[in-house]
Amino acid sequence: MSNRIDVKKTYKLYINGAFPRTESGRTYEVKNAKGVFVANPCLASRKDLRDAVVAARAAHSGWNKATAYNRGQILYRIAEMLEGRRAQFVEEIMNVTGATKAKAEKEVTDSVDRLVWYAGWTDKIASLAGSTNPVAGPFYNFTVPESMGVVAAIAPESPSLLGLIDAVAPIITSGNTVIVLASTKAPLSAMTFAEVLATSDLPAGVINILTGKKEELAPWMASHMDIDALDITGLKGKQFADIKVAGAENLKRIYSFKSADPGRIIAFMEAKTVWHPIGL
Amino acid sequence: METTMTFEYAPAPESRAIVTIKPKYGHFIGGKFVAGSKHFPTINPATEEVLSQVALAGKAEVDAAVKAARKAYTTTWSKMSGKERGKYLYRIARIMQERAREFAVLETLDNGKPIRESRDTDIPLAAAHFFYHAGWADKLEYAGLGTSPKPLGVAGQIIPWNFPLLMLAWKVAPALAAGNTVVLKPAESTPLTALLFAEVCQQAELPAGVVNILTGDGSTGALIVNHPGIDKIAFTGSTEVGKIIARAVAPTNKSVTLELGGKAANIVFDDAPIDETVEGIVNGIFFNQGHVCCAGSRLLLQESVAEEVLHKLKNRMEKIRVGDPMDKNTDVGAINSKEQLSKIIELAAAGDSEGAERWSPACNLPSKGFWFAPTIFTGVTQAHRIAREEIFGPVLSVLTFRTPAEAIEKANNTPFGLSAGIWSEKGSRTLWASQQLRAGVIWANTFNKFDPTSPFGGYKESGWGREGGRHGLAAYLKGVNHE
Repeated sequence: MSNRIDVKKTYKLYINGAFPRTESGRTYEVKNAKGVFVANPCLASRKDLRDAVVAARAAHSGWNKATAYNRGQILYRIAEMLEGRRAQFVEEIMNVTGATKAKAEKEVTDSVDRLVWYAGWTDKIASLAGSTNPVAGPFYNFTVPESMGVVAAIAPESPSLLGLIDAVAPIITSGNTVIVLASTKAPLSAMTFAEVLATSDLPAGVINILTGKKEELAPWMASHMDIDALDITGLKGKQFADIKVAGAENLKRIYSFKSADPGRIIAFMEAKTVWHPIGL
Repeated sequence: METTMTFEYAPAPESRAIVTIKPKYGHFIGGKFVAGSKHFPTINPATEEVLSQVALAGKAEVDAAVKAARKAYTTTWSKMSGKERGKYLYRIARIMQERAREFAVLETLDNGKPIRESRDTDIPLAAAHFFYHAGWADKLEYAGLGTSPKPLGVAGQIIPWNFPLLMLAWKVAPALAAGNTVVLKPAESTPLTALLFAEVCQQAELPAGVVNILTGDGSTGALIVNHPGIDKIAFTGSTEVGKIIARAVAPTNKSVTLELGGKAANIVFDDAPIDETVEGIVNGIFFNQGHVCCAGSRLLLQESVAEEVLHKLKNRMEKIRVGDPMDKNTDVGAINSKEQLSKIIELAAAGDSEGAERWSPACNLPSKGFWFAPTIFTGVTQAHRIAREEIFGPVLSVLTFRTPAEAIEKANNTPFGLSAGIWSEKGSRTLWASQQLRAGVIWANTFNKFDPTSPFGGYKESGWGREGGRHGLAAYLKGVNHE
């Protein structure tokens, strides 16, 4: 139709609310389902991971302190922003994975709906996972679930957008901050999702997104002493053992999940029990 | 003219006649006591008297116990209704109450803790744990842990020496309520109340193999952790061993819960009720000789009240009665073992050499047995070993702070996160501090309180999972959604 040369996007990382290139200067080639070159996303390094952990740790205090209502509104805002850019995500998923239009549309629809679902959990999960405890004595005693801190996640290869959202949404719902490694083969929708995050009033550092190789970054995630927990849903079962051995150094909580479930939120929360005497 | 008279305490010894200790014990496997092959002595740490010879379980015994537990799981326990399982747990709770005095005396003899504590805390709480969990057995589907919760299978449980029977109850009661069978190993230095508990299982007519008890040392523990026939490991002990266990089970499908070390901050704000606070500080660190993972071992005093609190604390410490654990007036008993005493001595020496100032009240320690006087170190900084490492003894490190924010910063500056204390009369400040502290149990204007309905467990390197309450049940049920 037109001879216009289109303006292609440079895919970078998403750390602390900004879009830096990998400090390593490395990229890798992503081709579409037909073998045609699509993009050169960043091959993130251990140093990029460490920078992301610093950002996530700094963001935790504020995000954790934000009211559940506020967190819910921001998650809902992410859904709104994603909804507005449906067409771009559908096209990107079709192009990179070779999915049919119907399949790509379903993935984007599910992604939006999943974010809305988690948005509604922020101010309900504590009622489900907490309790008041009728101790045998003159004490008021209650248990509240709290966020753990900084969680790293390895998103599954596929579905590349929905899998990523299923990893990060339950983690941040409770007040954790996250560093997620996107699908290696299909990382583009993850980086475009970062653009959605950047326009959703999500504080910088709450979600940080890396692209690269699981085999390279997962062991560093497991051994990093300032990461409190790890979602390894995106790894193969035979890789779990080495990751769990490395994670034992600071007794990381390490889980993999089968589906979206409130248990996925609770897994990355700590139960805190508070006692206070009752008396005149 | 002096008008105050001081009355001396007369000795008030508890009688040990209620307890019959056999000269030698075997293992409890498949509902029967089975003779052991090798034996080692268990002693009274207050007198160094050998109480009995207990068996050291090796591979053959661990295999036999796991086999018995598996058989009981498949043929009996997993098929029984929750209602019936619960009734066995109620029976156990009632028999433990009936034999409470016997358990208390035996615990004090084997452990060295004051009879006042074993009688008023350890044993009643242990029975309460069985009574509480008995009621869960037929209500698991209402616990909010999935609509059809399933047990894990055979649980291997390794417990410490500081609260021997109570830790057994924390482990065995929820495991059985959820439908698991267990292989339990009590600590090397405190096996006797677990062996008496085996008799309770017999009296309750608990089906053979549902509870198996193996005595031994770390090598027995390692055999249990690495046994392929075990589905779940529950461990209470040091963070160091907890990490070894986490690595050992990493390649397996075993689920794991860990209750590990702590270095709890006990924070005193300037508006605290000072007299109550001093009682709380003493209870926080000297309860059970400080052999408590959640002990308030780092005292953080707001500068404006530090002098007054320390003055009153020292006065109070002068009145702590250290000595014969069997005396009903004793506050602080014997250190549990020679090894533990050397660890305490070593860390206290590090406190001296790193420049902290040591103070203990004058006390006459018995010549035999293992003893350490209640001790406080002032002038402690965050870099000192005695501010960072778990001492697990009657040694308190005192630090100061100026602002509430500084108190929280110091309190959270540790890889542990088991417990913390807050002393303040201001409700909003107390709740604020309890939100900021990264620890699983927060005691506000109290300390070292436990209850079966109240979840207990740590953040960070203090462990995985909770024990007690609805939350504790999750440790013995199949994960709803995650592996």
